[in-house]
Parts: sequence; C-alpha cells; structure tokens
Amino acid sequence: MEMTGAKILLECLREQGVDTIFGYPGGTILNVYDELCNYSGEIQHILTSHEQGACHAADGYARATGKVGVCFATSGPGATNLVTGIATAYLDSSPIVCITCNVSVGLIGKDSFQEVDITGVTMPITKCNYLVRRVENLADTVREAFAIARSGRPGPVLIDIAKNVTAERTEFSRLDRHDHTAEGRLGALMRRWDFKPPEPDMDDIRTLADMIAASQKPMVICGGGVVRSRADKIFTEFVHKLDAPCAVTLMGAGGLRGLDSLNTGMIGMHGSQASNIAVDNCDLLIAIGCRFSDRVALKPDTFAQHAKIVQIDIDRAEINKNVETDHHIVGDARRVLELLMPLIDEQHHDAWKEEVFSHPTETFYDERPGCLTPGQVLSAIARQCPQDTIVATDVGQHQMWAIQHFHFDYPGQLITSGGFGTMGFGLGAAIGAQVGRPGKRVVHITGDGSFRMNCNELATEQFYGLPIITVIFDNGTLGMVRQWQTLIYQQHYSQTTLDRGPNFVKLAEAYGLNGFHVSTVEEFTAALAKALESPCGSVIDCAIDMDEMVRPMVGGGSHITDFMIN
Amino acid sequence: MQQRNTLAVLVDNESGVLSRVARLFSGKGYNIESLAVGTTDDPAISRITIEVMADEKQLRLLCNQLRKLICVHSVKALRPEHAIRRELVLIKVLAEESEKRNEIIQIANIFRASIIDVSKSSLTLALIGDESKAEAIQNLLTEFGILELVRTGMVALERGQYTIDEQTKEKGEFDYGKNVLREGL
Repeated sequence: MEMTGAKILLECLREQGVDTIFGYPGGTILNVYDELCNYSGEIQHILTSHEQGACHAADGYARATGKVGVCFATSGPGATNLVTGIATAYLDSSPIVCITCNVSVGLIGKDSFQEVDITGVTMPITKCNYLVRRVENLADTVREAFAIARSGRPGPVLIDIAKNVTAERTEFSRLDRHDHTAEGRLGALMRRWDFKPPEPDMDDIRTLADMIAASQKPMVICGGGVVRSRADKIFTEFVHKLDAPCAVTLMGAGGLRGLDSLNTGMIGMHGSQASNIAVDNCDLLIAIGCRFSDRVALKPDTFAQHAKIVQIDIDRAEINKNVETDHHIVGDARRVLELLMPLIDEQHHDAWKEEVFSHPTETFYDERPGCLTPGQVLSAIARQCPQDTIVATDVGQHQMWAIQHFHFDYPGQLITSGGFGTMGFGLGAAIGAQVGRPGKRVVHITGDGSFRMNCNELATEQFYGLPIITVIFDNGTLGMVRQWQTLIYQQHYSQTTLDRGPNFVKLAEAYGLNGFHVSTVEEFTAALAKALESPCGSVIDCAIDMDEMVRPMVGGGSHITDFMIN
Repeated sequence: MQQRNTLAVLVDNESGVLSRVARLFSGKGYNIESLAVGTTDDPAISRITIEVMADEKQLRLLCNQLRKLICVHSVKALRPEHAIRRELVLIKVLAEESEKRNEIIQIANIFRASIIDVSKSSLTLALIGDESKAEAIQNLLTEFGILELVRTGMVALERGQYTIDEQTKEKGEFDYGKNVLREGL
C-alpha cells in the first residue's frame, strides 16, 4: 500500500512492538507528529519538558524493561539536546533508537534554519547512525536500526530523516520481525554471516572449565553484561556451583541478589573491602560482562596481580583493552554460562570464602545525634518501600551511598549512569522506568546539584500522574567534588558550595507535586509514608551534612587495596 | 616502540563510511600518514589502506575499534615483510633549460618513472613505488626545483595466496558482537 514516510515510520515502530515514545515536537518532525494522532490507541507519546529528558527517559525505559527505548526530536537544537542522553546510553550499552528529522534534502548543507549535521555530531556516541534522504530507504533503515540497537552489545542508534522524506509516498507493507532479514539492508548484513546465529567457541569454554578445576581461590565479577543479557538466574547458579565470592560492578547491580551469601558488594573506587581485597588475593578471576573500567581496575598493571584473569564479553574489542587477560570467551553472558555449567563440578572453597568474608562487604556509616545521615535515609527507604522498588539515581555521593545501601535483586532494578556519569540523568530515567514498569514503585535518589540540572521534568511526572518519589540528599554542595577537594585539594572548596535556591518544597508544589523538607529521621519516615500513600509524585528534600563522605575510597590510578579512607 | 603500520580495511561503499573510519584515528590521537580509498571487485565494497604510526598495543586497539563498526567487513594489519606496498607519485619539476631537462629525463629513466606532461618550462613525472623510491627521486629532483608533488597514498596487498577475507577465529569473535541474528530477530 502506498503511504507517506511519516506513516511508514510509525508502521515500522509498530512492527518492532513499540508502544511508548518519549519526545518533543518541532518544525521538521511535524509530519510525523501529525500522523501520530492516528496511532493514539497503539502508541503512547510522553511529551517531556526537554529533549534531554526524553532521551534519558527512553534510556531508563530500556534499562527497566529490557526493550528498546524510543525517542523523537526535531532538527537542530532538538537533535543536539539529545547528545548527552545518547552518550549516556552509549557508555552503559543501553538500547535506544533516537529519531530526529532534519531539514528537507534541498536545504541540507545550506545552514538552513535549525539545521545541524546530527549524524556527524553523534558518530562517536552511537553504535550506528543514518541519514535517510529517500523515502524508499526508510523502512529498511528503521528495521536495521532496531536490530543493531538491541543485538550484540546493545547501544544507541540514531536515525535522522529529511523532512521531505516524511511527506513523500512509497509502497509499504508491514512485515513480521522474523521476515526482516529476508531482504533489504538487513538481508545484506545477514549474508555476511551466512544467516548463522553466533555461538561461543566450545574450546574456549572447555579451557575455562579446566582453569576452574585447577583453581583454589576463584573469584567472579558480575558486570553490566549479566544485567543486559538478563542472565541473573544462571549466573547465580554458576557462582554457587563454583562456591566463589562474587563482586558486583556498578552496572552489574541486580545480576546477583544483593543479600546473596556469596556477594562481596561493589568493587572499585568505592568498592567494599571484601571485594577489593578478594580481587587482589584470588588465583582465578572470572569477569563476566565487565570491561574493567578505570573505576574498577584503577591500576590495570596490578589489578588481580596473583590471578589468571578470564574475561567473558560479547564485545571482542573489550578483551585486553583495559586489562591484559590470560583467557577470554567472546559471547553472550547467558549463552556462555549455559554451555559452561555442565562442564564444571560442584566446588567448595570454605577457607577462601572465610578469608574473603572476614572483610566487610558493606560500609556502615556512623549515626550522629541530631543529624540526618544518608544511611538513615536509605535504611528508611529500604524499610518502608517494597523490596522490588526500582531505584534511579543521579551522579555523585548519593549514587554511591544508594548503591552501597540497597540490595538489588533483579536486572533493571538499579538505573544509574555508570560510564558517562551524567548528572541530571535520574529524573528522566525514573520517568522512563515508571512508564515502562507501571506496577513497580520507582524512587529517584538525587543530590541537590544533580537535581537542579534537569528538575524541569517534574512537569512531565505531574502531567502523566507518575508517582515517583524523589529523595534529595541536600547537603548544599557538590558533595563528591567536595570530597575530592577535601582529600586531594587541601580543602580548597572552589565553586562547589551550592548556597542558593531554589526552595525544593515550593518548587515541587509549583509543579503540582508533594514537597517535604526534613532534617530528622522521624520527619523523613513520616514524609516518606505520606509520599507512598499519595497518588501523585513527591519530592523529599533531606538536609544532610556537607562533609559526609563516601567510604571506602581508593584514589584514581591507585592499587585497588590502597584505601585512602576506610 | 612506534613504527609505521599498514592497515587494510574492507568497508561498505556508502557515504559517511570514510569519516566513520577516519574519526577513530583522530579521536584516539593518531595522525594518518597515508590514506587511499577505492572500490574493489565488488562495487558494494570499498577498500581503505591506512598507514599510521603506532606501537603494537596501540595498533591492536585501533584494529579492534575498527572491527566493531558495522560498516567494516574486515581489517588486517599488513606486516611490511609480508606485504607489497605501492603508491603513485606525480612530480612537476622546473625544467627551463634543455640541459636540465635531459638530466631530469635521465633520472626518470633510472627510476622507471614516466614523463606524462611536458611544457616549455616544466616536466611532470609519474612514479610508482614505495616510500624509499619516492624519497630518493624527490631528493634528486629538489635541486631542479619541484613545483608540485602529489602522492595517491599507499595501497598494499599481502604476498602469497593470503587475503583480507580469511575467516580467522578472531574475525568470528568480532562478528559475534555485530551479528544481528543473536536474538533470533
């Protein structure tokens, strides 16, 4: 049937099962928005306050649901406002498809109104991107984009469509997703691999089984790859069959249950003593879906210096990139573990476990009378909120405290910007998560610095009736930067003190949400109870001390057990 | 230790692919010493030959990042001892007096360069070879006055029956991450 590019785009989104889009309209994308009215029963559009919020929401949606997140933006500033969101998704391997419209083909390259070369801009931060100049190529491109975003190591893909393409007409018929590889661009891609689904190498897996059999002190790292491939179940079985301590990276949270008896807590710069010391002493380190970022392997030369290091990752380019390994397996975490499990025997490492678990797996923060501490706030949240609450964070001290305190039990329960460290990510991501998982409670943990960056999305939260609870760790400073200034820059607090507005309670109320200011545990508990009962969203502003620190801490570039503070 | 490396890259013959490949080099801070691009026997596929200064580890990381790109089919670092490398150099030399002109023609003959353009005051030579040959003739011609010099950039093939298309285990590993069939699509 002949139809316009705009209709073809929406039909293609329906082919992919897309039922939610986050976006913001504008001049060049008007044809698409005009057509969107005809899909109101099938596709829900969430209008955000800013394109960055839309992109973070699509990302949060993808992380919470495991599906591909979709966002729309117009040309020029609309498109460039997505950039931080795309980079955030790229660094954390989150599958999103961003659709922007550019000026018409005849105007491209003439510095036209709201024109920008967004495919050029986003080249380093997308898995792939496309500029569609001909309506005949549109359907094919969208199909390829979705396949690439969700396959292999997932990541963001951007499609920029010239405005005239959305108005021009061509033949289109809806195809089942399984038929997309029969022809067109995906077909050409598939021919490269003779239409064969990829499989891990069995010899490599057998080698690992032998290494496991020879090991006395094995250790496992649960990375983001376990979460991305939703391999938590088999991963847990694997860790227990191996009877090995398991450290969890920031992105790996939820891959192994927080209270699992073998979980040694987070690893790296703010990792637990148990995790960091165990990595330093183990004789076999199996890292699954982990790229050894500089926040984990702070000093690559001495990282796991007594161990044979085995890296399992779907992205071959990650092997030996940051840390030199002794053996590697390229493959999807779940598939590799499925093939590995029958080859290994039940192991027992009681002495080794005793050694590792003699060190603390969690940080206990002192409570000071008369002061509200982050630990008290987080304990109250953990006590009062359902166990399966989704936690979205911004970036900074509150992020580390939240991750140290909460016990994440399933993939997608923690939504945080790990690799890119994007302040202002949290609220948009929380909106995406709440839209994607309406049955779950979503708590957004943030700091006063991060929250001020993108608090405009409170309007979105209110309009769509999303009962998100935002908890602000309000210490009147950029806490993490201040911590570094305290420890490394001789208490020279340059431009980190946030001794200025807004009044967060009034701000929340201005957006039509509940606002609370609390400075004791009792007040917080009461405010949270009210927030949990309320049908609409809430902001709880918690006054905490500006000199609270995240502990422990290992300095950047230092050996993993050289704790600067315990 | 940094040395000059030759990379052969097979890519989709599409707009934007060259900038995708080139930006990996600039993004990681490497200067491209030489670059040549052209289609292959398959019109849908182009071959890029890149020369870059890098040590072993840097070269490996560069190749790995290249192999990740969807538009890249295969990448091979060609070892100098196993590769044939050639480039075409065009040199326009000042040649106003017949004596000088004869000398230049003699030099061209020795280097098996051909004279491809003549004017009253200049000669243009075409030379095929690797960089040592180009450098040698350039040194000899400098005294006559080189008006312009242009090189195509090095192209290279591996010696023997080996090709860039070999299905190695490593190539299979890279393809794993790019294969869009993983989720049974």
